[in-house]
This record gives sequence, structure tokens and C-alpha cells, in this order.
Amino acid sequence: MAVNLKQLTQNEDLLAGGHRACAGCTGANILRQIMLTAGKDTVMGGATGCMEVITTIFPYTAWKTSFIHSAFENCAATISGVETAFRSLKKHGELPVQREKMNFIAFGGDGGTYDIGLQSLSGAMERGHNMLYVCYDNEAYMNTGIQRSSATPLGAHTSTAPAGSVKQGKEQNRKDLTKILVAHNIPYVAQTTPYHWKDLATKVEKALAADGPAFLNILMPCTVGWHFDPAIGMELAKEAADNNFWPLFEVENGVYTINHKPKDPGPVAEWMKKQGRFKHLFKPGNEHLLEASQAYVDSEWKKLLKLEAMTAE
Amino acid sequence: MEQKLVALSGNEAVAYAFKQARPHVAAAFPITPQTEMMHKYAEFVANGESTTEMILVESEHSAMSAAIGSAAAGARTFTATSSAGFALMWEVVYIAASLRLPICMAMVNRALSGNINIHCDHSDSMGGRDAGWLHLFSENAQESYDNSIMAWRIAEHMDVRLPVMVNYDGFIISHTADALYMLPDDAAWKFIGKYNAAYTLLNPEKPITVGPLDLTDYYFEHKTSQMAAYEKAPAIIQQVSDEFADLTGRRYGFAEEYKLDDAEMVMVLLGSSAGTCKDVIDEYREKGVKVGLLKLRTFRPFPAAYLAKVLGGRKAVCVLDRSASFGGQGGPLFTETRSAMYGQQVPVHGYIYGLGGRDFDLRQAATVIENLKKVAAGGEIADINLLGVRL
Repeated sequence: MAVNLKQLTQNEDLLAGGHRACAGCTGANILRQIMLTAGKDTVMGGATGCMEVITTIFPYTAWKTSFIHSAFENCAATISGVETAFRSLKKHGELPVQREKMNFIAFGGDGGTYDIGLQSLSGAMERGHNMLYVCYDNEAYMNTGIQRSSATPLGAHTSTAPAGSVKQGKEQNRKDLTKILVAHNIPYVAQTTPYHWKDLATKVEKALAADGPAFLNILMPCTVGWHFDPAIGMELAKEAADNNFWPLFEVENGVYTINHKPKDPGPVAEWMKKQGRFKHLFKPGNEHLLEASQAYVDSEWKKLLKLEAMTAE
Repeated sequence: MEQKLVALSGNEAVAYAFKQARPHVAAAFPITPQTEMMHKYAEFVANGESTTEMILVESEHSAMSAAIGSAAAGARTFTATSSAGFALMWEVVYIAASLRLPICMAMVNRALSGNINIHCDHSDSMGGRDAGWLHLFSENAQESYDNSIMAWRIAEHMDVRLPVMVNYDGFIISHTADALYMLPDDAAWKFIGKYNAAYTLLNPEKPITVGPLDLTDYYFEHKTSQMAAYEKAPAIIQQVSDEFADLTGRRYGFAEEYKLDDAEMVMVLLGSSAGTCKDVIDEYREKGVKVGLLKLRTFRPFPAAYLAKVLGGRKAVCVLDRSASFGGQGGPLFTETRSAMYGQQVPVHGYIYGLGGRDFDLRQAATVIENLKKVAAGGEIADINLLGVRL
């Protein structure tokens, strides 16, 4: 499979303009990129969250494919129902229009995926539905006002774990959801960012071609929650892959491939400095938190290299 | 119509009824005493007697969520639950009704925790009485089966398009072998018919958006249009029930009226306890006591005008609730019934009974009738009374 930029630009844009995303939002961009690859024979399901709220408000919808939202924690289960209905109606010869295959894509933010929707996601993946789950990970509950989630990195300021005179933002490292999904032994799991359009399109293509469930974790720089100039969202996405904060990798039937191995990753602090959520970490006395952030990124990267070597055929 | 007389548990009877509707999808999670119903259904699928696709989810929340996805895709869909399972579905139970998805659900009534108790009462479905589903109640396996056949026609009728739950008492009905008449498969299928979804997510040539953000400018209108469906539902329930009577000889309405014609005193209740009451009513009738029973079948929509008419002019009415409304003015059936009777000079009092599966026995039914006699003779009684509890 080779992604062709010219072809992508000619595909119909299935997320209409006029949606209500913030200026500089990289999430709507992620959805557009997914839809350019997935095409019209797709049913999208959204968990309650930014991307659901910005794409639908009655009587308007930005979706040019069918779309369903029911609640916050149940997007995977809901789409698993849609996918099963497709299989059953097809088996009974009762589809409204004949299709050999359709794409079923559920998406949720990190709150709806790492936290409240984890059980629903795990169940759907284990059951083996032909569906893709996409997490747009902006590392906090942005839609409800930037509360911490289990995807929020160490030290980040959020409204429920704020930096104050005693505490310095989130006190824990984020959890590794992508590896939790790998542990489901599903055919395809990957991480990417919206900056890496070719990587993203390739991964969507592979995920949709997989025989069974697939999962994509996509880092989504959020201008509001991360506090950065709306112009530099894509830059931050690129740098997160360059400094190993958010490695681009995929796991195909258990085999790890790192898609981007930066020659000189450089300090994560340089990237953090551009984001208001980490501002307090650069005050004297908080050096240890910057060191801990770097140590976490380094150790996770080393583990990833080992996993790639270990699973190489 | 020739019907087969069989001996089945309530759970088995409902599993057969649902199978006869040829649903495309079933989603369920195990909870006592609903389990046996899904076991039976899974056997049908494993043996090729049913082509339903089953989604064996990891929780009831996901069961209802998957059912919503399936129904929104245009598939005939059912689920089944009890007690805490229904409570876990809570949020999405409302969504199923709000999206006007005609899902059918077997609701095997069981007490809610805590403390944990697996036996019958109606606190589970009663907690969800305002969620927007239609609630049909059953007295025995026959009625559970019949309601489970009719449920599809009611739910899927274009004037209704609402989910329906078929309530039957945990263990008392679900696990008791009972004699019932079953329709042959082809006759049941002819009665229920094929489901034609009005909208589907699965037509790429006609995409739809389901469940959008809906704020101050439209939400209220959408709720109003939803409310209108409950106004239309009673006529459809009666129409479907009449067609069913033509087919089977078994007649249903909003309630069963037992020895009501000349009754001066009436008991009102839901579910399996009706059988016990009928026995005791028969005894009292032999002694010349004019007592009867109104066994409600449709709790939602609540047939208030019907009740006001049927109960009007009686000397005393009492309502038996198998669930409590903590801090409220009696059980849900009592408050609804008394409200329906507003403006009439009929004394209405209530009981809470049978919580957590406490037996409702002949003596309790007799106590109820003795109290009715006192009230009919001008005596006083508390609004809310307890039956069968150690004080």
C-alpha cells in the first residue's frame, strides 16, 4: 500500500468546513485526514468530546458520511453494534444498498478512551469486530475545561491538577494506552500525529484493511489546553515525534516497527518550553521534574527499541 | 389458530418469542435471573435455529450501547437484563428512547442493591419509569411470551418507534416451569413481520447524523415530539393486542379486569402476585364479598384515564407496590393511581410488599381484602402500609 498525495488531495473532503473547532485545532485536521483515506462507505462514531461537539449541533452536521454519537464512554460498544448490524443485515440480504465492505470507525479523546471508555474499548477489541478505534489524544479533558486525565504527562498544569504554590501540576506519568491495546493481540495498533500526514494515511489504510479490530493513538496538540500560539500546533506534533515524546510506531500482528528514529532527539524540555502548561517547571526548584520527564521519555524509548528488536522476524 | 401447549420457564418462553421475531442482532451481558434467557438464545444460535448475530459484551452499559448502534444501523435488535444491570445501563436507556430506536428488552424484575439480593421486586424497572421506554408487565410465562411477541409490533409501529421492555418477575416467572400456548414459528413471523427501519447508518448514498449536540434552541422541541409518541402509543398497543386476540384468542388491553363488574372494592397491582390475589378473591366472592382485581399490563404509558374510569364509583381501592419510593408518597404505582383518581370520591390506599423476593402469600392477600372492607365501611387506614414484614 502506498499513499499517494495527489490522490489524497483529489478525494472528497468528507468533513465539511464551518465546523466549530477552535482556531489552530489539530483535531479537526486529524478527522479530515482520516476521512480522506477512509472514503464515503464509512460510518463514524464519536464519543462525547471536542470532536463530537464541534462537528454536530442540531440542525447542522459537518459529516458527509453517517455519524453516530450516543455517550461519552460507549463509542466503541456503539460502533461494535453498528458493525454487527452490518454483518447481520448483509448475511440476511437486507442491506439498504449492497456493499461488500464498509468502514466502521469510532473516535474519542483521551478522556473517552484512556479513562471512562477503556472498558468499552477493551470489550470491543477483544470481541474482534471489524472496526478501527481512533484516540485523538490531547492529554487532558479539553472539552470540559482541561481537567487531568490518565494521558496527561507529568508536571502538566490542568484545572484539576493545577500548578500552585505547593503542587506542580500532575504528579504522575501518563499511562501507555497504546501498549494496553497491543496486549489485546489485535491485528493492528499504531501511533502517529497529524503532522505526519503520510504516516497517518498509511496507518489508517492498514488499519482499515486489517482483518479485525485496529487501534490508532494520535497525538493532538491543543492550543487551548496546552497554551501555545495557535499557529504552531503542527510544529509541536512534529517535534513530539522528533524528541521521542510521542514515537511513531506500529504493531502488526504483534511485530513492532518504529517508523521514525530521530538521529538527535534533543531535550524534551525544549518542546515543553513552548507550552504554557509546563511553564512552572522552568522555575528554579523544579529542575527535578524536567529531569523526571526526560527520564520517562528516555526509558519508554529504550523499551520500544527493545520491543522492536524482540519481535523482529 | 392451532397452538402448541408446552411447559417452559418464563425465560425460555421469552427466548422463544424473541427468536420467532428473527432479530438481526442481540446484545447482552449475564445477570441473574436473566441469564437463562440468554443461555437459551445462545443455544438457538449455536444450533442454527436462529441466525441472530450475538454481541456478548463486557457490561450492561455496553449491551445497551451496542443495541443502540445496531438499531440505529437499521437492525431489529434486542437485549435482556435485570436489577443492577439495568441500573448500569441507566444513561443509555434514556438515549435509546430519545433516539426513537425500537429495541425490545426482556426485563426480569429483581431487587436493586444494596444489600445485594437476587430475588424479585420491581425496583429496577420502576427506577427507569421516566426514561422513555414502554413498560409491559406479565403475570406468568404465557403473558411474558405474548408480550414478547406483541412488543415488536408496538415498538416498531411508525406512530410509536420507541423501545419496549417486557417485565416479568425474577424467579417467580423466569425460573418456574409453566404451561403456555406457543404460536407456530410461521404464524408468529406472519404476525410480527419484517422490520423496516425508517433511517439507517448503513446507506452511504444517504448519510445521516444520529445523536447531535442539541441545546437550548431545539432540545425542548425534540422532547415534545418524543412526548407525543406516548400519547399515540395506547391506541397502537390496543390495536396490536386486538389483532393478537384474533390470532390466538388471548385478549389483552391496558389491564386485566378480574371480577370487576360489580366489585365494590378493587386491588391494583402488577405482575405475578395477581395469581395469589385471584385465589383469595375467589374465596371472598364465595362469601359474598364484592372484591375484584385490576392487574395493570401497561405501566408506561400509564393509562390514567382508563384507570379513572374503571376505578370510579368503587367504595375502596388499594394499590400494591413491589418497590419503594424512599421519601416519596408511597410506591410508584400508588402515586400514579391516586393521581389518576384525583377529584373522585374514592378512597385509595397503598401497600409496599414483597421487597427482595419476600413471599406474597394468601394471608397477605386476605389482610388486604379485610382492610378494603373496613375502608369501604367508612373506616380509616394509613395511606401507605407494609405487608409481610417483621416490625
